[in-house]
Amino acid sequence: MTEQLEPTPGQTVGPFFGFALPYPRGNEIVEPGTPGAVRVHGTVTDGAGQPVPDALLEIWGAAPSGEIVRTGGHLRRDGRFTGWGRAETDREGYYWFRTLEPGVTEPGAAPFYAVTLFARGLPDRLFTRAYLPGANGAFLDALGDRRRTVMCEREPDGALRFDIRMQGEGETVFLDFGGYGPRG
Amino acid sequence: MTDHDEPRGAPDTRLDQAAESQAKITAEIRAIEADYRAGRAAGRPEELGPRLDYPPYRSSLLRHPTKSQHLADPETIELFAPVFGERDVSPVEADLTVQHLGEPIGERITVRGRVLDGDARPVRRQLVEIWQANAAGRYLHKRDRHPAPLDPNFTGVGRTLTDDDGWYEFQTIKPGPYPWKNHYKAWRPAHIHFSLFGTDFTQRLVTQMYFPGDPLFPLDPIYQTIPDSDARDRLVASYDHDLTTHEWATGYRWDIVLTGTHRTVFEQDRPEEDE
Ligand SMILES: [Fe+2]
Repeated sequence: MTEQLEPTPGQTVGPFFGFALPYPRGNEIVEPGTPGAVRVHGTVTDGAGQPVPDALLEIWGAAPSGEIVRTGGHLRRDGRFTGWGRAETDREGYYWFRTLEPGVTEPGAAPFYAVTLFARGLPDRLFTRAYLPGANGAFLDALGDRRRTVMCEREPDGALRFDIRMQGEGETVFLDFGGYGPRG
Repeated sequence: MTDHDEPRGAPDTRLDQAAESQAKITAEIRAIEADYRAGRAAGRPEELGPRLDYPPYRSSLLRHPTKSQHLADPETIELFAPVFGERDVSPVEADLTVQHLGEPIGERITVRGRVLDGDARPVRRQLVEIWQANAAGRYLHKRDRHPAPLDPNFTGVGRTLTDDDGWYEFQTIKPGPYPWKNHYKAWRPAHIHFSLFGTDFTQRLVTQMYFPGDPLFPLDPIYQTIPDSDARDRLVASYDHDLTTHEWATGYRWDIVLTGTHRTVFEQDRPEEDE
């Protein structure tokens, strides 16, 4: 039995992360014109349907081959695909990434981007998934009507639309990985 | 940052509840804590994290999920975190006092600690990012309108990689407390924002480190989003005289524990050295 330590609690990212966490080309995981490059984009809205202009998103995805990149280079990009990126929302609550579509990492696993959301007014980060169109599986089936909130929508130009609703009508399914232990 | 550009003097349209009193906010904070304590006494579980729905923090009202989070087992990509290497971070980024020609004003401090996972294993060679206000309580951010001076010799952003035993260390200056718009006379206790990664995607943590004995703690609805006082205390650094240096800087020690991993950590998970 190993020693168990209590986790350090999260706190809001606050309003002033904009001069610190975003970095040049953070949202450009591949360069323009890269074969297979896709725009993953959307808006973040609050419980009143208003855009959230001070949110930060991070996405993390496998390569089209299913390989998970295990080297650095996310902060100082050199043209190699790393799978991870960071984007802040603009005044309209809009964000975008340019990346590749994730492949199947293991037989039977539906590909998705793992997404982390931070915002002023949000006391801790939220996790969700952005599945590629057509994804199926037990996890999605268990969501019932709400499954559409974790599905990317293919747009006519090939882009993947993924909107996040933090609260209320059409609220995005957020995930609890049990990090703070069982919840009451 | 350019997304936040606004002309100087433009009206601030963000939620402004400045008409409400500290007494009202404090009463709400106390009521939530009393309810939490009563629940604990009645056998309800410990809450180790912050409440997402925490009305005294007014900006959270429209920004917290109302449906319970979906319990999920991490899958595939979520069992791994992005790794960062020497190429991502320059060693000078760990010293916030040498990023300009002159020295910043304020109390020079060393902040040092270990990043561990829930099984007390060090998180090795992983990224730690910090940002903070200057000694006067002002951020170098266009939306910070607090009429305190900017310091031309202080940006307030740092990055480093933990070492092979999970240690990180920053040289910086002690940030000042600053006012905000949650309610009338709302002041944040002095803090440094921290961003951390573990070995699993699910361990991602953004939090704030505070300084011991701050009189603003009981009044601050952000610090108090964590209803459990033992859990809140984990955000407070301790003064460490062994870390203090002669005629140079005082030292603060702050260890960070990420949530447990879901996957056995293998040696191959160690990041590869770039170049
Ligand atoms: Fe802050």
